[in-house]
Amino acid sequence: MAAEAVPAVAVNVAEERVSVASNWRLVWWRFRKHRLALLSALVLIGLYLVVLCPEFFSTQDPEATDARLAFMPVQRVHLFDGARLSPWVPGVVGKRNPMTLRMEWRADERRKIPVGFFTGGHAYRLLGVVPSRLHLVGAASTDGRDQIHLLGTDRLGRDQWSRLVHGTRTSMTIGLVAVAFSVVLGVLLGGISGYFGGLADLVIQRAIELLQSLPTIPIWLALTAALPRDWTPQQVFFAITVILSLVGWTTLGREVRGRFLALREEDFVLAAELAGASRRRIILRHMVPTFLSHIIATSTLAIPVMIINETSLSFLGLGIRPPAISWGVLLQEAQNLQTLALAPWLLMPGLLVILAVLAFNLVGDGLRDAADPYSQ
Amino acid sequence: MTAPVLEVKDLRVHFFLDEGVVRAVDGVSFDVGPGQVVGIVGESGCGKSVTVRAILQIVEPPGRIVGGRILFTKDGAAAADLTALDAKGPVMRAIRGAEIALIPQEPMAAFSPVHTVGAQVIEALRLHQRQWRPEGAPLSRREARALTIELFRSVGISMPAERIDAYSWQLSGGLRQRAMIAMALSCKPRLLIADEPTTAIDVTTQAQVLNLLRDLQRRDGTAIVFITHDLGVIAQMAHHVVVMYLGRVMEQGAVADIFDAPKHPYTRALLKSIPSVRAAPRTLLPTIAGSIPHPLGRPRGCPFHPRCPDAIPGICANRVPALRPVGPGQHASCFLYHRDEADEP
Amino acid sequence: MTRYVLKRLLLLPVLLFLFSVTVFAIVQAPPGDFLTTYVATLASSGSSISAEQVEALRREYGLDQPVWIQYVRWMENLAKGNLGLSLEYQRPNAELIGERLVLTVVLALFSFVFTWIVAVPAGIYSAMHPRSALDYALTVLNYVGVATPNFMLALVLMWSAFAYFGVSVTGLFSPDFVEAPWNLARVVDLLKHLWLPAVVLGVAGTARLTRVMRANLLDELHKPYVTTARAKGLPEWRLVLRYPARLALNPLVSTIGWYLPALFSGSLIVATVMNLPNIGPLLLRALVNQDMYLAGSILLIYCFLTIVGTLISDILLAWLDPRIRLEEG
Ligand SMILES: Nc1ncnc2c1ncn2[C@@H]1O[C@H](COP(=O)(O)OP(=O)(O)O)[C@@H](O)[C@H]1O
Ligand code: SF4
Ligand SMILES: [Mg+2]
Repeated sequence: MAAEAVPAVAVNVAEERVSVASNWRLVWWRFRKHRLALLSALVLIGLYLVVLCPEFFSTQDPEATDARLAFMPVQRVHLFDGARLSPWVPGVVGKRNPMTLRMEWRADERRKIPVGFFTGGHAYRLLGVVPSRLHLVGAASTDGRDQIHLLGTDRLGRDQWSRLVHGTRTSMTIGLVAVAFSVVLGVLLGGISGYFGGLADLVIQRAIELLQSLPTIPIWLALTAALPRDWTPQQVFFAITVILSLVGWTTLGREVRGRFLALREEDFVLAAELAGASRRRIILRHMVPTFLSHIIATSTLAIPVMIINETSLSFLGLGIRPPAISWGVLLQEAQNLQTLALAPWLLMPGLLVILAVLAFNLVGDGLRDAADPYSQ
Repeated sequence: MTAPVLEVKDLRVHFFLDEGVVRAVDGVSFDVGPGQVVGIVGESGCGKSVTVRAILQIVEPPGRIVGGRILFTKDGAAAADLTALDAKGPVMRAIRGAEIALIPQEPMAAFSPVHTVGAQVIEALRLHQRQWRPEGAPLSRREARALTIELFRSVGISMPAERIDAYSWQLSGGLRQRAMIAMALSCKPRLLIADEPTTAIDVTTQAQVLNLLRDLQRRDGTAIVFITHDLGVIAQMAHHVVVMYLGRVMEQGAVADIFDAPKHPYTRALLKSIPSVRAAPRTLLPTIAGSIPHPLGRPRGCPFHPRCPDAIPGICANRVPALRPVGPGQHASCFLYHRDEADEP
Repeated sequence: MTRYVLKRLLLLPVLLFLFSVTVFAIVQAPPGDFLTTYVATLASSGSSISAEQVEALRREYGLDQPVWIQYVRWMENLAKGNLGLSLEYQRPNAELIGERLVLTVVLALFSFVFTWIVAVPAGIYSAMHPRSALDYALTVLNYVGVATPNFMLALVLMWSAFAYFGVSVTGLFSPDFVEAPWNLARVVDLLKHLWLPAVVLGVAGTARLTRVMRANLLDELHKPYVTTARAKGLPEWRLVLRYPARLALNPLVSTIGWYLPALFSGSLIVATVMNLPNIGPLLLRALVNQDMYLAGSILLIYCFLTIVGTLISDILLAWLDPRIRLEEG
């Protein structure tokens, strides 16, 4: 009998651990099980590191133009020089085709430009403060005149890798900020709607219905087209995020309202009330956590939608405007079929869009399942 | 005694989950004679419904029948082992619904809400029309409809011609259960399985449904496997009773014998927990000590030993008692009676 | 339910009125008007017009009137079925929009049909074979499909067709048919060109709907009525199609309410990239040039299409689901 009692106790201890584990820890335990979501989270962390400090990750000044270097193709990185691990890219020689007057580029495998890590390069301010010349990768040749173009160059000879890195900052931020606005609006209005009910609920619900029956893309376009031409990139950025979240909050608002309604009925609130817990405690210990984990999951799933929308708007020329750089702005360069046939690497930013959206969706799905394992 | 309609022998159904294997049914044996009503009783979660599904060969993945035999005898034919048949093949499908019919556990949700009840009964009728017309022209839609109205009338549904076009959610719980019985009986099965047919309906209706089932059983001589967690219902309905606990049979025998002389400690505990008219008023009903273990944490040895008041130290926790005779027609699996008869673990 | 739909229909004019105000406010908002843009364009191309001429034009178009009078005039005309005159093209808007509107709707409907033809069977298969190789493959495809902006897909397709096959897959008609009157040959030509943009437009929605269908059906497959049907002895495929798949369709039908509108407004982007004669590119141009009556009319058309999309979904759902249909008579 005694031998039997031991495992029973062990089971009890494990159960105890589950029951006292905070809601957050439970969500984390469940999230951890989704390998793909975990991997995607790492991808996102990587992307946001780039957002923090794009200059460090770029190899050149993204604005530096050089007409002589236009449409330079992707330089293939070779990892080994002979048998030695020493990455290099082949030099590129260009010749103008006398017929088409276009530059035609050819890799010159004999001229090896060594690629180094933590190299010096153009000056910038780290996080906008600390002056620095340090870059993650760059040409490591001693004379300092070689340049590398890991993803080629565009029509003005600007380095695409560096522009992509800077575009990442804008596009990833816009998604985040637009969703943040939406969350604030959604939680505020949805909360009022769900908590107070009555007239407030009625008005807000009608407003949501109205907004949701607007054709989103055309209205966004009309709104962004109405932005004055002479606004600074910062003003435009801010306006675009506001415009995107004006429609975006409705879904969240609905969700928040629904949760509030459900929570008011929920058994555990009743149970806690019966157990004599104070209302404040109920709200803080039980309502807020379940609630937050849902809001976080839903917002995570809303970010990629915002990213796609921003990219599409900018691609059509009505979103972020040059000289600001975003993924959509970069893809504008790929709008023309002839150009595209000549320089297909200009589509590269699109791959990054897909990667980012994919990562967000996977993390969002993982979070949603972890927050609410019984729904679906 | 004539050959039984159904013989379940050492049936084992396991569910293979990510977290481990749930041995939902783990060595169940019982027989059902022609025209006999066998009650299966046990607490919820002990594997009654899974047993039923196994008989019909509709256990869903991740569940699988991993052992045992289910012998079913048609009129005059030799017994066939259902577990050996292709579960989705035509032979098994011809048995399902036609020879063995099911009244499922949840009458509320057992009908599709977007099809009329009539359409669902008619579908069953036409699917197994050989039961009505062994040879000859197939049953036309109109004939099937007329037959269904007749069936509805025979199970006591008033205004059957209107009710046939109703959706299940438009009917009361009692009517819904009657319609379900009509559907189950529509193909004149040899064996009817009723999985807790009275659980979700109110007491008056419950009594009516039980009376109906008993009358129909007497009229047609259909064999019935009657599942419930209510011993009182067993006493009213069944000839024979099978007591299950954690996927195993604890005791079985004639109803009178089991009620008068329960041998197994679990059966005794169950019987003590039903209210009796003879008990002094306002005494608390004795309940069984402890709680049902988690499906993944089945105890070793006799499944009942952690809760058993008579458990024998050193034996009950280590070996699994086999089902052995303890009286005329009465069997129990308990070391109190057969100290040395253990099953394979 | 009929009452509900009727209520919706009665609400339609109210909604359209609200939307018309919103839309007018938006197209009116940018500083300056069509003529300022026009003058600027002229100036950049080296020509110019006199200030008196500009004033005359301004008076002619009513651009000198207060905003609300401009709105009332636009509404008056709209009520008469007159969509106004395009400032830029100097042609009636109705004429400009007419065929393009038809093509917009046709494109969206094609995408819609494509989506359903693919998503429903794919979702059913996935739900019936969860964790199978094909289910995993479909899941991957779905994630990528949702993550790919449709202009990206259009670009990649156009580029591959151009770079590898030397064909241009833009437009909806071959050069011979662009200006041709409608006849059978032109319709055939349209269909030859229509399928690709329709697929491009529908990919993301198809991915999403496949997942919805899969999840719905997985839910339904464990409902007791499926056990009942199975216990009847129905063959597996017939059973799934007749019962759980049928029920899983209902939530899918309710997606029409957002999906159809999403197709209408999403076609704007695909049409712009693939150069389709659609109302999308026309709107884009009108917005950039501040051709406000044209832009306003097109925006209002989009609003109308959106409302109709939602309405269709409500009606279909009521028709499919007796629980909704029979409520309140
Ligand atoms: N689909 C399933 N997946 C996993 N386990 C199941 C499934 N269906 C039944 N079980 C297991 O089988 C056991 C018996 O279930 P069931 O036969 O429904 O009990 P009851 O006696 O109440 O009808 C349950 O405890 C459960 O753990
Ligand atoms: S075998 Fe032992 S534990 Fe099991 S019922 Fe009999 S006495 Fe109790
Ligand atoms: Mg059961």
